[in-house]
Amino acid sequence: MKAMEQSPPPSESKVLLELNGVRKYFPIKGGVLKRVQGNVKAVESISLKVFEGESLGVVGESGCGKSTLGRTILGLEELTDGKIIFNDQEIQDLKKKEKKKFVKEMQMIFQDPYASLNPRQRVGHALDEVFRMHTKLPADERRMAVVDLLKEVGLKEESYDRYPHEFSGGQRQRIGIARAIALNPQFIICDEAVSALDVSVQAQVLKLLKTLQRKYNLSYLFISHDLGVVQYFCDRVLVMYLGNAVEMGTVKDIFKHPLHPYTQALLSAIPRPSVHGRKERIRLTGDMPNPADPPSGCPFHTRCPIAQDVCVTDKPAWVEHRENHFAACHFA
Amino acid sequence: MQEALLEVKNLVTSFRTADGTLQAVKDVSFEVKKGETLCIVGESGCGKSITSLSVIGLLPQNGSIESGEVLLEGKPIQDLSHEEMRRLRGNRISMIFQEPMTALNPVLTIGYQLREPLLLHRNVSKKEATVKAIELLKQVGIPYPEKRLKQYPHELSGGMRQRVMIAIALACHPGLLIADEPTTALDVTIQAQILDLINDLKEELGMGVLMITHDMGVVAEVADRVMVMYAGKKVEEGTVEEVFGNPKHPYTKGLLNSVPNIDDPEFELEAIPGSMPGLNEEISGCRFHPRCQFAMDKCKVLDPPEFIDRNGHTAKCWLHEDEEVKADESNGTVTATV
Repeated sequence: MKAMEQSPPPSESKVLLELNGVRKYFPIKGGVLKRVQGNVKAVESISLKVFEGESLGVVGESGCGKSTLGRTILGLEELTDGKIIFNDQEIQDLKKKEKKKFVKEMQMIFQDPYASLNPRQRVGHALDEVFRMHTKLPADERRMAVVDLLKEVGLKEESYDRYPHEFSGGQRQRIGIARAIALNPQFIICDEAVSALDVSVQAQVLKLLKTLQRKYNLSYLFISHDLGVVQYFCDRVLVMYLGNAVEMGTVKDIFKHPLHPYTQALLSAIPRPSVHGRKERIRLTGDMPNPADPPSGCPFHTRCPIAQDVCVTDKPAWVEHRENHFAACHFA
Repeated sequence: MQEALLEVKNLVTSFRTADGTLQAVKDVSFEVKKGETLCIVGESGCGKSITSLSVIGLLPQNGSIESGEVLLEGKPIQDLSHEEMRRLRGNRISMIFQEPMTALNPVLTIGYQLREPLLLHRNVSKKEATVKAIELLKQVGIPYPEKRLKQYPHELSGGMRQRVMIAIALACHPGLLIADEPTTALDVTIQAQILDLINDLKEELGMGVLMITHDMGVVAEVADRVMVMYAGKKVEEGTVEEVFGNPKHPYTKGLLNSVPNIDDPEFELEAIPGSMPGLNEEISGCRFHPRCQFAMDKCKVLDPPEFIDRNGHTAKCWLHEDEEVKADESNGTVTATV
């Protein structure tokens, strides 16, 4: 059950979701008249494809725009510019009503499952709501469907009448997963879905997500800051920095032959759970710049160990260096 | 052998709650030597933070040390008065917390908070304290220290705030530094900077460091010795090479197998079934047996004592029965739980 063998190479499978130059700016309002004084450029022109049955990991440090990207795809944030194509149809300009059928196909699992469940609502009823909204099943069939769901994610039938506080973190995340898969979606965004869990429970939830993926041919957009988890779980990875895509490729390419200096630094910064061969790290100095006032040229040049004059003036292009391995760096 | 800086003997910490008195730390013993880093590892709820708070005397209102001893350089400190404890804290023992924003006072400047321990413990003038504060900020790698003194915590990034916390903790050259998940809230590139900093300062100042973490990667990076806790008890202790190279307790093995290995894509995750028991759950025998794949009948009724091998590597598990029982625990603990 290895990550890379599970799905066929990207070129052979069907494109499920395509992003074309997606941008999301948050206006900064200020002054007496609350005029727009500038923009926080949270997501800056991202283009990518997600294939059927694959997991695309999105990694980066906090504030790099990875969560905003996920929320924008689902329409939880309004798109500033660009195209989102799902199942060969552009969905960014659809009206609310037309969008409903795509909502069924795209779901999200959030980081904090407790915050995303109503503490006063029984878990069974929370899941039942999904079916009431989107199907015309009668009450008894809905109950059966919910019980099936609970079993599917490894919870007991008794959970139906329990409240969220009666569950542990891992179990709550299973409820979140049950809600997401209830309508048999094709595409699920996992936003730091296992980050809040303890390592032993985290492994259980990752295994559940993988089992479901194989069973239903799901595609995941797996947003995480934990590169270890991404390497284990995903087929391809997108690395983001300050709202920009800096590198994208298969897990193997990214982890074995990273092209971009940021990816290299990120990989070398991970503490390894092994005492053999403690490696010299590439030390990055300083913090991520303010996305409201991004640096000129390459967004990474302020912290880059190999930055040259050209990096300060010119923004590097998004180039395919090897098959399916993209990077935006002048020296990649 | 280096002399012991901190010794904790048979510590039991309990909490008064609506469900009665619950023991969060059950009979834990360990020591930290000068210039050494001991990591306490475990998942949330295993009692690792409560152990560290017991040492520094900052338990919440409803918690107290029920029995056991905490010795700092050979002198017991668990029964000191508040005033005496206050003279130790920030002076000879310091602590860094997980969330630097909540640990720093938002309405006081960085300079004020840095000078405070110096003025309290070192009896210096404000001017001298300011000079020292600038030196400290330089030591932890903060640019423009003079400017930072006048700034407030919210003006700094997460990594910067954690550096300020470290600078405050180090102000009086403490012998012992307790770091409770110091990098959990930070990004990996910043985490690497902070871990390097703690390591460098430890060597420079010859401190003992007690680091609490749940991240096996961080442990491998900084620890000299490792102590693994599960459900309030110590289950394994040894040098970092021993614990990672030859983990003895099934829980430690489980923890190591649940962390994906970046360098080895073939690595297969093995989850530990079930989850951590609550404090009020009565479990007979070994606390880990309901989740343990090697559990024998014996494990269900008898709590294992601490077995020790030639390298001083201990494990509380019946699988290592062929080894010696650790001397000071051979009586009492085994029979008491039958």
